[in-house]
Amino acid sequence: MSGFLNSTIARKFAMALSGLFLVIFLAQHFFINITSVFSAETFNEFSHFMGTNGFVQYVAQPILIFGVVFHFVMGFVLEIKNRNARKISYARYNGSANSSWMSRNMIYSGGFILIFLVIHFIDFWVPEINIKFIEGDMSGLDAAGNYRYYDHVVHSFEPIWRTVLYIVGFVFLALHLIHGFQSSFQSMGFNNKYSKALKGFTTAYAIIIPLGFIFIALYHHLN
Amino acid sequence: MNLTLKIWRQSDAGKKGRIVDYKIDDVSPDMSFLDMLDMLNEQLNNKGEEPVAFDHDCREGICGSCSLQINGEPHGPDRMITTCQLHMRTFKDGDTIYIEPFRAKAFPVIKDLIVDRSSFDRIQHAGGFISVNTSGNTIDANAIPVNKHDADKAFDAATCIGCGACVAACKNASAMLFVSAKVSQFALLPQGKIEATDRVLNMVRQMDEEGFGNCSNTGACEIECPKGISLENIARMNREYMSASLKG
Repeated sequence: MSGFLNSTIARKFAMALSGLFLVIFLAQHFFINITSVFSAETFNEFSHFMGTNGFVQYVAQPILIFGVVFHFVMGFVLEIKNRNARKISYARYNGSANSSWMSRNMIYSGGFILIFLVIHFIDFWVPEINIKFIEGDMSGLDAAGNYRYYDHVVHSFEPIWRTVLYIVGFVFLALHLIHGFQSSFQSMGFNNKYSKALKGFTTAYAIIIPLGFIFIALYHHLN
Repeated sequence: MNLTLKIWRQSDAGKKGRIVDYKIDDVSPDMSFLDMLDMLNEQLNNKGEEPVAFDHDCREGICGSCSLQINGEPHGPDRMITTCQLHMRTFKDGDTIYIEPFRAKAFPVIKDLIVDRSSFDRIQHAGGFISVNTSGNTIDANAIPVNKHDADKAFDAATCIGCGACVAACKNASAMLFVSAKVSQFALLPQGKIEATDRVLNMVRQMDEEGFGNCSNTGACEIECPKGISLENIARMNREYMSASLKG
């Protein structure tokens, strides 16, 4: 397997697969989060189920973490090879003449998303893991006996700095997905008469989902 | 037209190079870009200076010799042409033009603007062929029926002249468009099926060994290719490679 992953094409295939997996996860994450706008109760129930279900916690979550780590590590591995492939750069380089900004700067949009993810993990994932697995409290209830998930989200978006930070993170996510989502199909060998329609769908997805996340952050900040 | 040229000068592969400025006057808009460089070299010769070394051969857009990164794009700002087909009317009087060699670790500079593109030859040697007995038992070209769609796609791929513009344009100096064209021209034809598995595995292995970068699917190669080789070929090579890996 490691020999197979030495090839540029196999690496890009693996990159595409892990990226697509994360895109699907993102949709699931969004549909749970958006319930927080409509019903605190529904959001609490979803959150409690996701946080305590054995399959989600012990099967899906480790796969997700592996997918995230793999995507980032492979991204940097590919970038190192790319940089080595041109030791002396051009005195004048007109990249915008033949390619989009998003496609040329995936490493930077990805890097910002990595920083954002670390902050996001510290904000939400680490406290949850601490309560559930360190303190051993699997009830999901706060001191008053109510589910804590919705309140945690609302309190988190009270400060303007965190709201802005998340909005910036989602903008980078959109920029990354606009190229990455459609590019993953090319890396896996899919380029035919349906590609144009697929690009329309992937671009819409890349814009609508991050916009939705921005809406959720702003909604909780403003309310 | 009067122009300022900023040209990469490097005396040989082992020496460090640098950009040198040249003023050139009375350039005709009807000249080709290479004619303009010939004119500059005549002036340099007359002054007793070393002329600028650059690649050229057919000067009609079919050999792929003329390279040159012009103002940050391979073969200059026009589309679907090589440098010999680029005319000075594309530029304006008073323009400053950057002229650099195609940059890639796998394309080391030999001198000035000439790069060594033999890495492409080694990729071809690794699998860019079909084994046909030519010793008196040649099969008629039309003996095996090929459907029109596949024949056209194979021909489109075969129009690649191996100039290296795809590598020069790519931010990663990736050779995927070139290699995919050479894989596709056989992958689509019955004659190429026999060695298809080995071909794609060997050519991709050689491509990686030469030190070309990965494909980020920016599409720059397709835009800059003088022959309009499509990104479809890269997708086809990706499919060929993955299925060959599973078989082999």
